[in-house]
Amino acid sequence: MADTTEVPAGEAGGTQLDEARQGVVDTLTDALGDAVLGSHVQPGHGSWLRVDRSAWTAAAEAAKYQLGCTFFEFLSAIDWAPSPWGRYEDAALEGAAPSLPEGPFETGYAGGDTRFQVVCRLANVRRHEEAHLNVVLKADVPDDDLRIASLVPLFSGASWHERECWEMFGITFEGHPGLRHIYLPSGFEGNPLRKDFPLLARLVKPWPGIVDVEPMPDEPPSGDGRTEEVAE
Amino acid sequence: MTVTERQQLAYVDAQAAEGRVNVELETDEGMVINLGPQHPATHGTLRITAKLDGEQVVWADVVPGYMHRGYEKLTEVRTYPQITTLVNRIDWLGSFANEVPFILAAERLMEIEAPPRARHIRTILFEMARIANIVLFLGDLGVQLGAVTPAFYAFRDREHVLDQIEAVTGGRFHPNFDRIGGLRDDLPKGWVADTKAVMARIRDFCDEVEALLFGNEIFQARTRGVGVIPPEVALSYGLTGANLRATGVDWDLRRDGDVGLAHREVDWRVWTHPDGDSFARCWVRLQETREATGIVDQLCDGLPGGPIMAKVPRIIKVPAGEAYVATENPLGVTGYYLVSKGDLGPFRVKIRSASFSNVSIVPWLLRGVYVPDIITILASLYFILGDIDR
Amino acid sequence: MTASLLAIELAYWQQTVLRSVGVLAAVLLLAGTLVYVFLFKMMSFMQSRLGPMEAGPYGSMQLLAEVGKWIQKEDIIPWRADRRLFAMAPYVVVLAVFLILAAVPFGPDAWFTDLDVGIFYVLAVSSISVLGILLAGWASANKYSLLGGLRAAGQLIAYELPMVLAVVGVVIQAGTLNMQGIVAAQADGEIFGFSGIGNPYIITQFVGFFIFLVSMQAELTQAPFDMPIAESELVSGYMTEYSGMRFLLFFIAEFASVGAFSAVAATLFLGGWALPGMDLDADYMNVVGPIVLLVKIMLVSFVVFWVRFTYPRFREDQLQQLAWKFLIPLSLVNILATMALKVAW
Repeated sequence: MADTTEVPAGEAGGTQLDEARQGVVDTLTDALGDAVLGSHVQPGHGSWLRVDRSAWTAAAEAAKYQLGCTFFEFLSAIDWAPSPWGRYEDAALEGAAPSLPEGPFETGYAGGDTRFQVVCRLANVRRHEEAHLNVVLKADVPDDDLRIASLVPLFSGASWHERECWEMFGITFEGHPGLRHIYLPSGFEGNPLRKDFPLLARLVKPWPGIVDVEPMPDEPPSGDGRTEEVAE
Repeated sequence: MTVTERQQLAYVDAQAAEGRVNVELETDEGMVINLGPQHPATHGTLRITAKLDGEQVVWADVVPGYMHRGYEKLTEVRTYPQITTLVNRIDWLGSFANEVPFILAAERLMEIEAPPRARHIRTILFEMARIANIVLFLGDLGVQLGAVTPAFYAFRDREHVLDQIEAVTGGRFHPNFDRIGGLRDDLPKGWVADTKAVMARIRDFCDEVEALLFGNEIFQARTRGVGVIPPEVALSYGLTGANLRATGVDWDLRRDGDVGLAHREVDWRVWTHPDGDSFARCWVRLQETREATGIVDQLCDGLPGGPIMAKVPRIIKVPAGEAYVATENPLGVTGYYLVSKGDLGPFRVKIRSASFSNVSIVPWLLRGVYVPDIITILASLYFILGDIDR
Repeated sequence: MTASLLAIELAYWQQTVLRSVGVLAAVLLLAGTLVYVFLFKMMSFMQSRLGPMEAGPYGSMQLLAEVGKWIQKEDIIPWRADRRLFAMAPYVVVLAVFLILAAVPFGPDAWFTDLDVGIFYVLAVSSISVLGILLAGWASANKYSLLGGLRAAGQLIAYELPMVLAVVGVVIQAGTLNMQGIVAAQADGEIFGFSGIGNPYIITQFVGFFIFLVSMQAELTQAPFDMPIAESELVSGYMTEYSGMRFLLFFIAEFASVGAFSAVAATLFLGGWALPGMDLDADYMNVVGPIVLLVKIMLVSFVVFWVRFTYPRFREDQLQQLAWKFLIPLSLVNILATMALKVAW
């Protein structure tokens, strides 16, 4: 079931780094075994590894302890569903919200089976001469069960990234000390970075603040008050 | 009371309840104070809630998001040139530096390399963004600690750097100058000589600040030993930039990364400090500013000729793929995880901003410090709200 | 002419009115001069900028504009503030300044009050401003103000001791607590037999002068001792909730107290209104004396503000350590040395 994308031949970066990055992928595959669902090496640039959701913590552990990747770069998610709205500013919203197209969706490096994928990058910065010691980990998260293990016990920095991911995509991180809103106000409904959540600038959403309640100044209700604006 | 006043009061009460502003003293556990979101010390609208026991912090919580502009959602509906403009405003003091990793990621997917002249000028502007950013930090550092005078010297000398950036790009703060494949324009005549003079001025300023601020006993008493971060904790939280190098970790993406900037072609060194306290962070930034002036000088000397833009189609469509490019920006490591599906604009952009991770350590760091030390720690960690909140 | 002026006999109540108006004028003029020269101009020049230039020639009318601006502002009192204390606090702080200046002599006959315990009285009333600051901090119903007020209380009480002890050395040398007596002792004294410049106590009591300056900086809550105000943390500390006229009173009090303390320092250490080689009892000294004293006030204030604009601020515990562990022992040593030398010579 492994879904390895082809390594393009003769790319910039040199074959030495290709082998090194392939070595990174191999080390992790050895450590995780069946849990590795796909991998990709971009020569000279990076290594991608897609693991099963249940092996998410194990993959991070393998990267941290076997590759020495103690630096937590980022964690986020990708919503592979194409946006039901037009992508440009002038694509107008008309009528009822269009519905999201059905899966399966076209996914990226190392493949993917579900709409949501959690992405995490870890790097080893202690051995800085070896630029290949980093990996992008991916895990599929099924639509009906948006949960995945939290990396906070391994990397303290994951705390904020997972909070942001939760509020933007709705993915729950089990084991996180306190999943609460980080950017958005406490009562916010919805998950903005999902593709079926429209860009708010295109929707007229009632402003929750106080509306100008000052009564109009006392004026005789003649009709001329407004028409004085007509330029002469 | 009129209807208006009553409504207004109800609104204010509701807001206060929402924001949990509490004026009563809670003497049993300690007093909760709120630094921000409007506060002179927080470089913008950052809110820090701290529970105090006298003058000591018992726990602290950081509430970002008052400036969240939804960049990642916006990038899904913009084209690549439009995103270049947008991205300037993430770290608005070193604006050019924000454009660079994004453009490099797009160039990587398009398999285009900018010509050498463009690469060099990109690096020069990148380093000048760093200088503009950190010089302001050095001035602001004094203000946070009570010395009001260095800030004016910082702004005065920073103006010259901004003048140079304006001469090339047309914008002091938001240059919007990088393009996929190169740069928008070439350098004006005489710019190189002027820039070298400006770099000499910045070096003088660095010496001035070192004597005025860093050599001051009070400054040292305020910053040494305050906010110590061990290196493993720093790595685990994702701290980058001078904050990480001040804990002793020798890592600088300009030297160790594989991006298409010209740093590897000039002679410079990476500064680290073993202490990991506030003084170390400030000191590393000062040395890096000096080093950056040296880099700019060397690049100006060895500027290659040639075209300023590679051959790119007029309408840019980046082929499908994923790329992550990170650079050593003034605030730390800023990276863009670009997911493209071969369209006019990206499918998803994850912006890894440096300050987001840098500030995530603040709750851990503030336990047990005094209230004045909160300010020192925030000042030495150095973040920009646009970078935290995106 | 001054002889004829002084020959006018005024009833006691007339004298009192004149003195009250005089002290008011002295405080306001002094505050105004210090604000313009040091805050507007000297600070600006040190920061490589020009300062206010619009109002009047070289910005000299800026003060008038500022006063007018502050007076016409809306008077905001926080909802939960203790109104009476809130209103009282600025007046208490300003009161202290008036009381201090009342005891400083400006000339042989130009004084507001000539107390026998002059310097003792001055040191005592200088603590009244602490009360005002505490009132302001508490009554504002604002946690930042409270923090500022508490810090101020700790700091100002801590630095009273070194100030008092530094003055003891001067008193030992002069042999009197009377301010006029101290001025006379400095003007008529001699240093090891050389009487050309009198005996300004800054020369023999240089340790005391240093301690007095540092304590003064702390008593005035100027940087590096401005924790109670701490602009980048507490946004003005105990003054945060004050606006309009009330804030103007705090502002005047701050700068007038710089002037008042500088006047005290000038009298104690620099020779006061007298200049060596001048006839102390002459009538013209009633006009020249204030001018001389003003020059010395400006000198001391210059040092105060120069330090203020340059140094970052101490943390509260470092501040306290400096007072208790360094300044007080040093001042005790100074007193011992003064006593020993006074007896020996």
